[in-house]
Amino acid sequence: MNASASSTPDPVIDTEFVRRWLSLATSAIEHKSGWLTELDSAIGDADHGINMHRGFTAASAAVEKEPSDTPGEILTHVGRQLISSVGGAAGPLYGTLLRRAGKALGDQPTVSAEELRVALRSGIDAVAQLGRSERGDKTMLDSLYPAVEAMGLALGSGSGLVAALTAARTAADEGAAATVPMLARKGRASYLGERSIGHQDPGATSAALLIAAFAEAAGADTA
Amino acid sequence: MKMLINVPETVVADGLRGLAAAHPELTVDVDNRVVVRRDAPVNGKVALVSGGGSGHEPLHSGFVGRGMLDAACPGEVFTSPVPDQMARAAAAVDSGAGVLFVVKNYTGDVLNFDMAEELAEDEGIQVTKVIVNDDVAVTDSLYTAGRRGTGGTLFVERLAGAAAEEGAPLDRVAALARRVNDRCRSFGVALSACSTPAKGSPTFDLPPGELELGIGIHGEPGRERRAMMTSGEIADAAVEAVVADLNPDGPVFVLVNGMGGTPLLELYGFNAEVQRALGERGVPVVRTLVGNYVTSLDMAGASVTLCLADDELLRLWDTPVRTPALRWGC
Repeated sequence: MNASASSTPDPVIDTEFVRRWLSLATSAIEHKSGWLTELDSAIGDADHGINMHRGFTAASAAVEKEPSDTPGEILTHVGRQLISSVGGAAGPLYGTLLRRAGKALGDQPTVSAEELRVALRSGIDAVAQLGRSERGDKTMLDSLYPAVEAMGLALGSGSGLVAALTAARTAADEGAAATVPMLARKGRASYLGERSIGHQDPGATSAALLIAAFAEAAGADTA
Repeated sequence: MKMLINVPETVVADGLRGLAAAHPELTVDVDNRVVVRRDAPVNGKVALVSGGGSGHEPLHSGFVGRGMLDAACPGEVFTSPVPDQMARAAAAVDSGAGVLFVVKNYTGDVLNFDMAEELAEDEGIQVTKVIVNDDVAVTDSLYTAGRRGTGGTLFVERLAGAAAEEGAPLDRVAALARRVNDRCRSFGVALSACSTPAKGSPTFDLPPGELELGIGIHGEPGRERRAMMTSGEIADAAVEAVVADLNPDGPVFVLVNGMGGTPLLELYGFNAEVQRALGERGVPVVRTLVGNYVTSLDMAGASVTLCLADDELLRLWDTPVRTPALRWGC
């Protein structure tokens, strides 16, 4: 891990932390919206950035209007908003990811890094189940699973939250890049068959943005 | 690409306002994006609800009315609607006889309709779902999202809608819808890519001298690119792909469907070639529909759908239908 990660004191994972994550995720999605749409036009239907932007803007506004008392409640709320505003496959999948993670966090006002990891892991498992998908299908799972695994390894070897989320961010980015040579087996890209090879998956890419926002919410240097 | 729009953000809402102005027989909830036949819920009748991304007009909103759909839920352009829309539509049209969701087989549509089914059932509405997957250009396998729903959707919505109008119960309407889907196959060809309002430029690059075979309806590229072919050659390729998969042992309904950017003159000329190609393969035709029904914005090109007919389906087809886009017998 880099020097700043080890020297930064680990923040508490409370509602403030999750709100910071939501704000960072929303602005990352907004800034990268054009890129996500560009990736989606190669193997999909050129709207992933637009849909994600609409969803996170709606979710941010909703959380702003209806403050929640716990980290779990905020994630659940964001998940519900994504389901009601994104549409496509991304709405139910990202909505389920965050709703399930939020529920797994329970109603504690603060949670540990390990509890966050376990919650994310259960959200990701729910996405795999809903999408009947697994790693290697060229989907968001290809950046999400490496991210929680890297987080788990870092926490297991005694790293703190910042270092663990920084490792997760790196693994998610590498996971997204690793989708380039994959053959899409799920979603609209799968209709292209062999022609889906050679393009980075937009879903794996947006998922990596959400993981990066966790690292930044914890105070990691911007990548 | 020049477009007849105000701003991309309001394209769907603007279209719905215009639909409402043109068709007082529909109730159009622009804010919640639900289009309902004005006389819904029809007493004792099973209701049909469909929906999908916008950009395929007249599908699905143009098929709302007597003898077809009770409600349609348009999503953003090429993006499936959200569960709240279908749950709201189901509540608006359910007479107590239950609701059939007609869902095109796309990951997003299936997931959102699944969630809507849960919401509607929580409200005590009986819901059954039928998945339309008629596109032979996609390999149907456990390891892909499966075949796409395209032109076959029109046959499912029309024939199941006719059965529902006659008072058939939910299980029979659903069984008929599945039977129709099993008897439908489609194949599409693009001469140009389409441009979504948000992107403003073609979704893929198709040089002037080439065409895409096996396209879907969302501007996604097809399976294969070839040098430009004549109408007759395209008809042979499309009919061969459909017939080889369907193996029709009797007469068929034919849909020669424009993708949105091809003139009717060309579509009728293409239909002549499709009928020739079917004749040469010994496939008799009972009814033919030519026009833009399941479109992909401004994409140039066409798809061919065959639906294997029988006496019951032919009788249902000819019963009265009154929707913005399909209308006869009343």
